[in-house]
Amino acid sequence: MSTGRKMKIALTGKPNSGKSSLFNQLTGLNQKIGNFPGITVDKKTGQTSLDENTSAEILDLPGIYSLYPRSLDERIVVEVFSNNKGAHFPDKVVLVADATNLKNCMLLLTQLIDLGLPTVLALNMLDLAAKSGLSIDIKKLAALLDVPVVLINARNGQGISELKKLLARPLKSSQKKIFPISDEVKPVVELVRDHFKLTTDYEAFQYLQQPESFIFLSNTDKEFIQSVAYKHQFFPAKYQGAETIQRYEFIQSVLNKVILKAAGHEWKKLSKQIDRVLTHKIFGYLIFFVVLFLIFQSIFALAQIPMDAIDSGFASFSQYLTKLFPEGPLFELIAQGIIPGIGGILIFIPQITILFAFISILEETGYMARVVFLMDKIMRKFGLSGKSVVPLMSGWACAIPAIMATRTIENWKDRLITIFVTPFMSCSARLPVFTILVALIIPDTKLFGFFGFQGLVLMGLYLMGFLAAILSAWVMKFIIQAKERSYLIMEMPTYRMPKWSNVGYNIVEKTKTFVFEAGKVILAVSIILWVLASYGPSDEMNKAREVVQAQSTNLRLTAEGFEHRVAAYKLEHSYAGKIGKTLEPVIKPLGYDWKIGIALLTSFAAREVFVGTIATIYSIGNTDDPTTIMSKLKSEINPETGGPRFTVPVGLSLLVFYTFAMQCISTLAIVKRETKSWKWPLIQLAYMTGLAYLSALIVYQTLS
Amino acid sequence: MEWSQKTVADMIPGETGIILGFLDDHLSSKLLEMGFLPGTSVMFNFRAPLGDPICVSVSGFDLSLRIDEASTISILN
Repeated sequence: MSTGRKMKIALTGKPNSGKSSLFNQLTGLNQKIGNFPGITVDKKTGQTSLDENTSAEILDLPGIYSLYPRSLDERIVVEVFSNNKGAHFPDKVVLVADATNLKNCMLLLTQLIDLGLPTVLALNMLDLAAKSGLSIDIKKLAALLDVPVVLINARNGQGISELKKLLARPLKSSQKKIFPISDEVKPVVELVRDHFKLTTDYEAFQYLQQPESFIFLSNTDKEFIQSVAYKHQFFPAKYQGAETIQRYEFIQSVLNKVILKAAGHEWKKLSKQIDRVLTHKIFGYLIFFVVLFLIFQSIFALAQIPMDAIDSGFASFSQYLTKLFPEGPLFELIAQGIIPGIGGILIFIPQITILFAFISILEETGYMARVVFLMDKIMRKFGLSGKSVVPLMSGWACAIPAIMATRTIENWKDRLITIFVTPFMSCSARLPVFTILVALIIPDTKLFGFFGFQGLVLMGLYLMGFLAAILSAWVMKFIIQAKERSYLIMEMPTYRMPKWSNVGYNIVEKTKTFVFEAGKVILAVSIILWVLASYGPSDEMNKAREVVQAQSTNLRLTAEGFEHRVAAYKLEHSYAGKIGKTLEPVIKPLGYDWKIGIALLTSFAAREVFVGTIATIYSIGNTDDPTTIMSKLKSEINPETGGPRFTVPVGLSLLVFYTFAMQCISTLAIVKRETKSWKWPLIQLAYMTGLAYLSALIVYQTLS
Repeated sequence: MEWSQKTVADMIPGETGIILGFLDDHLSSKLLEMGFLPGTSVMFNFRAPLGDPICVSVSGFDLSLRIDEASTISILN
């Protein structure tokens, strides 16, 4: 029956239990990424229809082992489940459990039962459970927990329709009370329960345990809890350990009754053998290096063709429109400002797709956990943690999701250092800048007929960014004081083949986020830039024709040549030209002219704008020539030398500048949001840009 | 009998032991949640190439731990 309010179903479970696969099975492409109000945790929701009449909103929560969060990201789970007036409070909960590892999955389940939430236990990974020889008495399990149990295989969709049918029907909460509130704490628990009019004792117990996790509680509420906890000598750490032990005792007693045949170890044998190679002293690092090498070579080789197609496609489209449209500022804005701007966004899609394909395959297979394992000791030497590796690697795609991914690092110092150095990792926005400059100055020859020189230079740039990141981290290790101890207690999942549809969903999600979030900035900057480059103080702009006429009376210019000179004059006297010229003395020692200055300036909004900017700058006054960005740059002449503008020293100086500089407003905004002050983003901006200027100066002055 | 406090950090690959308790209150609640329960057995699988962290099996679960963390879990074997 359809009701006025849509049913809300929350998916929860430990990491690696197949939760994302189930979410993808239920919602397909009807997914949305939003934010929980007030806190910066991604909210993944999706729509599904349970039967002909019932549709539901599915909320995918971060993977968690228990209601006691270990990181910021996990805090949202206890918040969602405890705030029954909250907008996200679920009507029903699906706990996704890994059948091969039931014991650890059930800790959270027993907590949900005590909170009185109507819960379904979805037993996943049946294929693996069958392989392991595990046999479970499902009916008895459901009876002992008073919770419906559904068998599913989230990878191939088995059991999903049964789960949907069950969710469409009314669901009662379990009547079991698993963790008895001890007499010792009963008085204070009841006090809190009555004060907040809570339905279960366990909710009150949770309020006492971790008031800081409940964002919906006011400060007065929190003070009340702290004062009664203090008065009644309620010590959270002491009771939390006791609670966990009691829950596991219950879980063990249930498992003793329902496990008919225990899992053998045979099925993990292959995984163990793979581990012997992938975490080997020599092969382990060698393989990791080869994987990285493969990623870069593929990005360079595979993305190039679609990128060139998008580039030249948009160039000719803009050309076509310019010819088609009548004259007028609006039409020019569309043809020369907006269309190239959109092209500048879409050009990233091939790279983002390839990079996220690799990252999600590494995550899906379980290899990412081994990367953490291999790198932890090295990373700790530099003030980072093994867990910094994933954010740093994601930084190769985009610093924004990467910085958000640092929320999995529990320790504040580790996390802050990771956030600080992540923007040094060469993000995909630098890639088009790199690609175009590398292709411009490095010959397309192959070493041993196999390794492309251009690919090697590109890898060198990435390596340079990485070195800047870890060396900066090492310095920060001594500057920042640690507040708490860092730890690494992490599951090593069994190796699996990746589920390709999960990889696909991940790519779609990341690309969508990029196109809409970063795309807005890029488009806005392109439009502003076009306006700045097309307009200037009106008396100077109006005089353009006369001045050029006067300058070139003896030159016998063709009509076309005359128009070019007029346009070039106009650009030089436009607002953009004026800004670039003001900047010129500062950037001249790096080998740049005012045109590059304009590009540098707009790059501070978002570095990927560089390509669009030079495209705009060089296409103004060059509108009849349907050339690509590359040929425009190649033909650009340095008036002082008469040779090409983009010489090897200039190109390398620019490459180094773009490797180190902090040129992304969105990243600064994210860092501000994650560190909760402007202090760190401003330090980051000054430090990175200073380093970029200095390095570019050294490179240009040594080489030229 | 001489009582020495052996911890998971002292184990060698392939060795198993029974968890006795924890030497660090702060970490113990996290370790308990991950299945390091007093009385259950823990097996040392292998070390990372640089000696730290290590991989152990406990409660049917493969986990990685740093040496400092492993040295807070006392065992008997």
